[in-house]
Amino acid sequence: MLALLRKPRWSPYVVGTGIGVLSWATFYFMSKALGTSTTMVNCAAGIEGLVAQGHVEANAYFAKAVVSTADKARPLIEWQFALVAMLAVGAFIAAKLSGSAIRESVPSLWAWRFGPSKLKRYTFAFIGGIVLLFGARLADGCTSGHAISGGLQLAISSWTFTIAMFASGIATAFLMYGKAGRQHV
Amino acid sequence: MFNPIFADPKTLIMGAITGLIFGFLLQKGGVTRFNVILGQFLLKDHTVAKTMGTAIVVGAIGIYAMVAMGMISVMHIKPALLVANAVGGLIFGVGMVVLGYCPGTGVAAIGEGSRHAIPGVIGMIVGAALYAEAYPWIAKNILNLADYGKATLATATGLSPWWFIAGLAIAASAGYYALERWERGHKAT
Repeated sequence: MLALLRKPRWSPYVVGTGIGVLSWATFYFMSKALGTSTTMVNCAAGIEGLVAQGHVEANAYFAKAVVSTADKARPLIEWQFALVAMLAVGAFIAAKLSGSAIRESVPSLWAWRFGPSKLKRYTFAFIGGIVLLFGARLADGCTSGHAISGGLQLAISSWTFTIAMFASGIATAFLMYGKAGRQHV
Repeated sequence: MFNPIFADPKTLIMGAITGLIFGFLLQKGGVTRFNVILGQFLLKDHTVAKTMGTAIVVGAIGIYAMVAMGMISVMHIKPALLVANAVGGLIFGVGMVVLGYCPGTGVAAIGEGSRHAIPGVIGMIVGAALYAEAYPWIAKNILNLADYGKATLATATGLSPWWFIAGLAIAASAGYYALERWERGHKAT
């Protein structure tokens, strides 16, 4: 058992099965589906709320997420928030057990194509994050909430999202790195 | 506002345990790595598709079995707003490739030691804030297009969900079998 936990890389089929079984547990015990991107809305509402509470309360989207009504309590820190916070801890433990932690500021593929500048990489990571979450909120889900949780429920919304995501991701990846990029991953 | 700030402790603990296991699995699967995710979109390394497809098939079998046995009464299906789902997915794909992570793997990647995932997650929070500002316009002009409600492949066609689950399971098994064979042959040469 310990040897397994110390193994740096598990088969994707084992990991996929684990995530599938984890979904059973969240549906059955918690009446929840795995998801992550809604938590970014709560984070944004929490931070903006510190300086401009009225603005957050007046926004219809924030209100749906974090403003409680008479019939429904909407805590700022809820189930999914705890999940997302612990994602980093889970990955940290997994990496430490197998000694596979990294210190990556500029990934090798990026450095090959765009150079070793940290500032450049961080700037584009930031911009990528903005685009990513805007898309996730427009679509009403991300890779976990839509592709996995929605996919396994056979939701039409989720399969539409997943197909669009892979199509645009593949196109973007080849535009950014070209075929030659495949030699650097 | 923010009243209550915290959900009840049991809910938070359950969420925390779920996140701990999920993050652990993502790291073990290698999908917290920038190069693995980009490798998928460059069609070189199919770890992401193998992981996601397996999770979907295994998840679907268990969830629909529990529905059939009456163990689950509430599903969590997001409404089919096809224009928003598709356009959102297209935008998401661009962001995922530029950042190199999706929201969940980005947060997990920080735990594994990816420094550039930190500005990525800060960007995500900014992206959520920008969406909230754009929401009134989007709700009026986009979210009302092609709205089919909480439809699934089963409810839309009137067929049993098991046809689709069987189809997915067969397609995934055959696809992965062929992929593994091809990858082995490709490595040998």
